[in-house]
Amino acid sequence: MAPTDVIEHALEPERAVARRGMALIARQLRRARREFTLGAVGTVVYAVTTIVSSYVIGWATDSVLLPAADRGDVTTASLTGVALAILGVAVFRGAGIAFRRIGAYAAQYRLQQRDRVDVTDRLLDLPVEWHRRHPTGELLSIVNADAEAASSVAAPLPMAFGVLVMLAITSVLLVMTDPFLALIGFAVGPAIAISNVAFQRRMRVVVAQAQQLRAEVSEIAHESFDAALVVKTLGREDIEVGRFGARSDDLRDRMVEVGRIRAVFDPLMEALPSIGVLAVLYVGALRVDQGLLTAGTLVTFAYLFRLVALPMRVFAWLLADLPRATVGWKRIEAVAEAPGLIEYGKGRLETEGGATAAVDDVAYRYRDEAEGRGISSISLDIPPRSTVALVGPTGSGKSTIAYLLVRLFDPDQGRVCLDGQGLLDLDRGEIPRHTALVFQEPFLFDDTVRANITLGADYDDEAVQRAATLALAHGFVSSLPQGYDTIIGERGATLSGGQRQRIALARALVRNPRLLVLDDATSAVDPAVEAEILDGLRTLDTSVVIVAYRRSSILLADSVIFVEDGRVTGRGSHDELYARLPPYAELIDAYEREEHDE
Amino acid sequence: MSERSAGATIRRGLRLSPELRRGLPMTLLLAVVATAGRVIVPIAVQQVIDKGIGSAGVDMGFVGAMVAGALGAVLITALATAGMHIRLAKVSETALSGVRVRAFRHIHDLSMLHQASEQRGALVARVTSDVDEISRFMQWGGLMLVTNGGQALLALIVMLVYSVPLGLAVVAILPVIIWTLRWFQRRLDVAYRIVRERVARMLAVLAETVVGAPVIRAYGAEDRSRVRLGDVIEDHRSAAVRAGSISGAFSGTGELLSALVIAAVFVVGAILAADGRVSVGTVVAFLFLAQLFVQPVQMLGEAVNEAQTAAAGWRRVLAILDIEPDVSDPGPDGVDLPHEPLSVGFRGVDFSYSDGGPLALVDVSTEILPRTKVAVVGETGSGKTTFAKLLTRLMDPVEGVVEIGGNDARTIRFRSLRDRVVLVPQEGMLFRGTIGDNVRMGDPDAGDDRVLAAFRRLGLADWLAEMPAGLATEVGERGSALSVGERQLVTLVRAAIADPELLVLDEATSAVDPATEVRINRALGELTSGRTVVTIAHRLSTAEAADRILVFDSGRIAEDGSHAELVSAGGPYSRMFSAWRRGTSSVLERD
Repeated sequence: MAPTDVIEHALEPERAVARRGMALIARQLRRARREFTLGAVGTVVYAVTTIVSSYVIGWATDSVLLPAADRGDVTTASLTGVALAILGVAVFRGAGIAFRRIGAYAAQYRLQQRDRVDVTDRLLDLPVEWHRRHPTGELLSIVNADAEAASSVAAPLPMAFGVLVMLAITSVLLVMTDPFLALIGFAVGPAIAISNVAFQRRMRVVVAQAQQLRAEVSEIAHESFDAALVVKTLGREDIEVGRFGARSDDLRDRMVEVGRIRAVFDPLMEALPSIGVLAVLYVGALRVDQGLLTAGTLVTFAYLFRLVALPMRVFAWLLADLPRATVGWKRIEAVAEAPGLIEYGKGRLETEGGATAAVDDVAYRYRDEAEGRGISSISLDIPPRSTVALVGPTGSGKSTIAYLLVRLFDPDQGRVCLDGQGLLDLDRGEIPRHTALVFQEPFLFDDTVRANITLGADYDDEAVQRAATLALAHGFVSSLPQGYDTIIGERGATLSGGQRQRIALARALVRNPRLLVLDDATSAVDPAVEAEILDGLRTLDTSVVIVAYRRSSILLADSVIFVEDGRVTGRGSHDELYARLPPYAELIDAYEREEHDE
Repeated sequence: MSERSAGATIRRGLRLSPELRRGLPMTLLLAVVATAGRVIVPIAVQQVIDKGIGSAGVDMGFVGAMVAGALGAVLITALATAGMHIRLAKVSETALSGVRVRAFRHIHDLSMLHQASEQRGALVARVTSDVDEISRFMQWGGLMLVTNGGQALLALIVMLVYSVPLGLAVVAILPVIIWTLRWFQRRLDVAYRIVRERVARMLAVLAETVVGAPVIRAYGAEDRSRVRLGDVIEDHRSAAVRAGSISGAFSGTGELLSALVIAAVFVVGAILAADGRVSVGTVVAFLFLAQLFVQPVQMLGEAVNEAQTAAAGWRRVLAILDIEPDVSDPGPDGVDLPHEPLSVGFRGVDFSYSDGGPLALVDVSTEILPRTKVAVVGETGSGKTTFAKLLTRLMDPVEGVVEIGGNDARTIRFRSLRDRVVLVPQEGMLFRGTIGDNVRMGDPDAGDDRVLAAFRRLGLADWLAEMPAGLATEVGERGSALSVGERQLVTLVRAAIADPELLVLDEATSAVDPATEVRINRALGELTSGRTVVTIAHRLSTAEAADRILVFDSGRIAEDGSHAELVSAGGPYSRMFSAWRRGTSSVLERD
């Protein structure tokens, strides 16, 4: 969670926080109704038996203990009765406590699960463009930390409800038994409540500041460790320590402040119930003196005071969690209800063989940190079964075109067609069924080689092997310890870059795509191997678009489209473009220099 | 390192931060007073019931005095508690901030930081969350352990003073409580371990889904991802609910156990009272005292848990602090390097990344004269990067000596070494801040005019002019606002402002657009002139332009000579060169 959010919320007026907090509590109660019901039943049992237990103590004092002390009058039956009464009530109270807590846990985790599923569901449906605008770390922390924060209100809720029930019953009993003792209760109770609220109000701001500083300390450590080589080789360690130490000291000061506030509050919370008991003792003694109260009742109330006062802290916990929880909720909603879902048409493609693709007067601007870059008014045609190379300097818009061809982006203007049908009109799942894009950075899942190729779709071993063979991956995959069943490990770390790219390619080929888009997908593969792979692709009944950085791969294409600064500035065969287009020739020469350095 | 026990870890941690013990006697004294105050109310209750409300009627004078005295004691207790909290917060936060900074400094001295980038996240945790855990323990769990222990002890003493048999009745139930506690504790440990594993798994699948979003979309694999995610999320929930249920049952059982104590007090109390051996007030006081005795025992589990978490955090921090820095500063006894181009000598150098592991460098000996430009080439894993790291003393050889300017590198003061010898790493590593800030890392004292002059000297003034705010342009987190090539430009100016005598360059391999490439090459030419330069070369043009080429193979120098000499020698370099001529390799190395 962004700590600044918390600070903003911490500084908001009490009422606004309370209102949003109430809204959150209402939402959470609705979303885990079953679990909360269990907790509520448990807590009511707990509240009632808590009060009953102090009456049992009073009753036992009056009916067993006093007679025993006064007249030496004990019978086995009366002792057994007392023991059974105390234990019997405790069985119910224990069960109440257990179900109250189990209900609270179950509700908390149910809420986390529901929020996590909602958010991830949405993530899977939001366009790639949206994903590009939202950093991975932020999304992860929403699913992880914010879901946890939003559910944290569930933990004290059943207890808080139980305490309210307990307070209500106690007030009635107090008033009925002795209005004077009731007065003490009505004085001490609110005093505890008020000091709780005052404590929270002060604590919230300081804790939020400490949280912010903690994030800053962590950020400095991250950055500094990442650049360790620079820090070390430039002998910058002392400066770094100074930078880190200053923030660490700020954090220390805030934490000491937290300790100071606690130092006021903790003793107060401990003293108030004690003062209450002493007051009960004094007033009670007066009432006993007047013959209005028995000693047993006095014991009951003294005991009750202790039992009820302590759990009142639960309101402090609830209040403490509210700001963090509401911020978490807000951030969850921002994703779970993010607008701009992809809309699909009903169209289906009945065509077979190499696809025709067309880009017609398309413009696309990035809205993320690549702001302002993109393409403007591009038109191009990919004839069936042809191989077309997209060539251009870094940042000219080649990858953007590749993304648009398979509808990872939707154009701001113009349209992209497959076999004459607009991509926007096609049904969900239709585009992946006919096309495949292989990315610059091969992304592998922490799963087996086979699962990485099939991605859960239903392909038999033969199909998988055929695809891997075409991608020149079969050889090295076979030599892996468990062949196609080898688990690749996080992000494919156990394989070389070229090997990962070849598995990613096999993933595309197993689908027999009718349009294959290679976005510099073989950059880490040796040029000779790359040429072999591209040659193999010619045997397929498919159209190929290749974003190329090597002269050798450009030469394999039927035609070349030259892109500069978001526009097509040339199209034709490589020889034509090389002869008549100086910027093209310059770029190819630069690639060549890099390759051959002649 | 071997797993230390929680107690040993905490003792070791306390030794490491003597600040933690500052003013400890006073803090403990306050803790004793704060704890003692908790038995005041039960005693007052007993006194009032026995002596105030006797069968002879109520003695309000006595009750008043008793209540007033108890009130005073409650206030003193509160003040002592407050004082204890303040002192504890000050001492522990100050000490832990010290630990944090010390660990941060120490980690910078460890080579694992630049060798294993995947461990960086964990290293950050060492100076953040691990230290936070210790702090939490010092002020909550640890405090609870101390005060609750004291409370239980005190309650026990008071009980025994009141009545030995009644006190023993309470103590007799203790083994049952402890046994139950441990029974639950074992199950909770297992349950929470499973929860932690499921959380890790959930986060891994989640990260994969977020990072792989374009792949999932392009391949229509949303449904598969949904199922995978749904499964791991549900797995976590069910494990967490299971752990929560055990914990809930634990609390319920705890309640039953304290009722057992109360029942025992009543039954035994009534029998004793019938014999006149205890008063009614004593029995009632026992109801409170028994609570004071049983509660801490029940909370013991929680406090022990926290202690274990804190000990684990502390253990991790200590483990880091225990690692000897690979290289250490000779300090004031060391020598200073002269302000002139430096020679480099390797004499029989062996190096291994792990004790007794395979050698990354084997018996490397060579001499590099001042002002020579040397290119180091070789396949991945041949030892060329290791060579560069030894040269800049990021590591020390296992065997043999590295000499810089005729001095054993180990005897050169860090200050001087880092001033005179500068490494320019492959990726342009920038910090959040402005271009000017990043350049000034090469020399913190350089003013804007000197920085600008360096840009001009390297022929980059026109590039800087294109930047929106010139030197004040923000480069973003890790330089993300600049392109890869532009980041390299900034690191070159940074090296120029440091004005080293020996420059070690790790050539970048990533593709850069031609215009930036031209700039980089021009700037490199300016930067390297008049200095001793060692370049880890990935491109033939770089190797070709060098005065001398060292070819590494399996940790040894396989060839040594100029480009022309090596090409005609017909050795590994010439083979590499001709493979490259044929265009089957784009760089001077193959995986």
